[in-house]
Amino acid sequence: MMAVATVARAPILPMLVRQTGAEFLKLWRVPAFSITSLVLPVMFYAFIGIGQSSQNIFPGVKFGSYFLASMAVYAVANVMIFSFGISVATERGMKMDVLMRATPMPPWVYLLSKCITALAFAGLTLVVLFPFAYIAGNVRIDASEWATLAYRVLLGSIPFIALGFAIGYLSGPNSAVAVINLIYLPTAFASGLFFPKQLLPSFIQSISPYLPLHFFGQLGWDAIGAPTDGNVTTDWIYLIGYGVAFFALALWAYRREEGRKFS
Amino acid sequence: MPVAAQLIEATKKYGSIEALRGVSLEIELGDVVAMLGPNGAGKTTSISLLLGLRKPTSGKALLFGLSPYHLDARTRVGVMLQESGIPAMLKVREIVDLFRSYYPKPMSSDRAIAMAGLEEKAGALVKELSGGQRQRLYFALAVCGDPEVLFLDEPTVGMDVEGRRSFIERIAEFANLGRTVVLTTHYLEEADQLAKRVVVIDRGVVIADASPQEIKSRVAGKRVRFKAGNLSERDLEGLPVTTTTITDHSVQLLTNQPESVLRELFRKGIDISDLEVSGADLEDAFISLTSHQGTG
Repeated sequence: MMAVATVARAPILPMLVRQTGAEFLKLWRVPAFSITSLVLPVMFYAFIGIGQSSQNIFPGVKFGSYFLASMAVYAVANVMIFSFGISVATERGMKMDVLMRATPMPPWVYLLSKCITALAFAGLTLVVLFPFAYIAGNVRIDASEWATLAYRVLLGSIPFIALGFAIGYLSGPNSAVAVINLIYLPTAFASGLFFPKQLLPSFIQSISPYLPLHFFGQLGWDAIGAPTDGNVTTDWIYLIGYGVAFFALALWAYRREEGRKFS
Repeated sequence: MPVAAQLIEATKKYGSIEALRGVSLEIELGDVVAMLGPNGAGKTTSISLLLGLRKPTSGKALLFGLSPYHLDARTRVGVMLQESGIPAMLKVREIVDLFRSYYPKPMSSDRAIAMAGLEEKAGALVKELSGGQRQRLYFALAVCGDPEVLFLDEPTVGMDVEGRRSFIERIAEFANLGRTVVLTTHYLEEADQLAKRVVVIDRGVVIADASPQEIKSRVAGKRVRFKAGNLSERDLEGLPVTTTTITDHSVQLLTNQPESVLRELFRKGIDISDLEVSGADLEDAFISLTSHQGTG
């Protein structure tokens, strides 16, 4: 005789809350991640932004606010790629996914909790960066510009979650950091997040307009009133396109892993 | 009794390696089953199929009559795996609470931590735990959902004798609540202490499925080695010997009654030197079990 299963399952919301709390603590307690993602953007802002923050980079746009937008984009994308890429790669390396798979937790709870955690961390970097720019960089923009910058960088960071996830599944626990630095830092430079694009070598200037961080950067710069190459709608459309591509890559990498490990 | 877990003609190939070659097995609610076998016998593969961590190449694996992938089935099961990691930067109580949230009617975290004997480490980070403590934490995570069935894949691997003994007691404590326990081990004594039923797996097939007492009586307990110039196979006929190997003048016997075998050989005037009697290890025991089956 077979036991017929009429079973209560655990309620999803408390599970999601616990899982998200655990994901947050896991990242928070690793200083290599929490300190660098909170402090690095502020440090770059101090080195590059403060000195010439009161100069105009465009008519009516101070370098201080322009570079704030650059660093906000950099900080948030940084969190997305690192928190996902490294934590997923490490957890795969330690075979945490194996035990998780044997539990009755639905995999999407795990994924969603990681997304919420990444967004929370991204929000935290802004909580640190914005007041710093206000005080040390003497950035004075409208309240609506602060708000537009914040929501655009948080929303625009979502495609980079998928990229981080894909890297986490495609690279090993030891190589993830290297892979991310090799991809992320050069594209951040090439997209003009550290120096205005006009200062970059011409061949980089010719690739630059196609990079995902370029479109993300434009959304930030536009938010504080700086002129950009395109308009906001096309920037969003390109970013969504990249998001779909990254998501497809992540899904492919995830399925590949499933096929290897659990078949 | 209702069936909790079931393998039906299950086979599993990893590339060209056949890990399971047609295993059928029913585990009823309330069973305490030890799956016994040497390394590579197919114990872990069997458990992986039952938990949906691997797919059978052919045949079926069922948990509570459902696919093991079904969350309704997983909700009733607690698991301790051989090779799996847990986040190093969480505290013991935090991760126990996390796993409790996966189950509808978990036990209190205090109780789960106490069952694993980790009361003093409840506030410690996972990375601060010793190997044995970590193993006990895995046990806490397996029982904290108060599951009907507990799967333990070689739970005492890497522990010393004392650690093994106390760990087996913890498992017995859980089994005594009337729960189903399925554990794999390569120690016959563990199976004997804990299980009501022993399933012996060797090279991907079930070679015995019986009570521990029965298995023990069928397994040769002692290995007898000696040199004898004038021994022939015929001298051993009718003696309680399960396996014999004679190479040149060296003789190796597996038997449960070394005293009576030797008494008979001396009586026959066999010239014995370099006599050595030792406990048979599991490999020997399996050889004798397999040959037992072969000869009837």
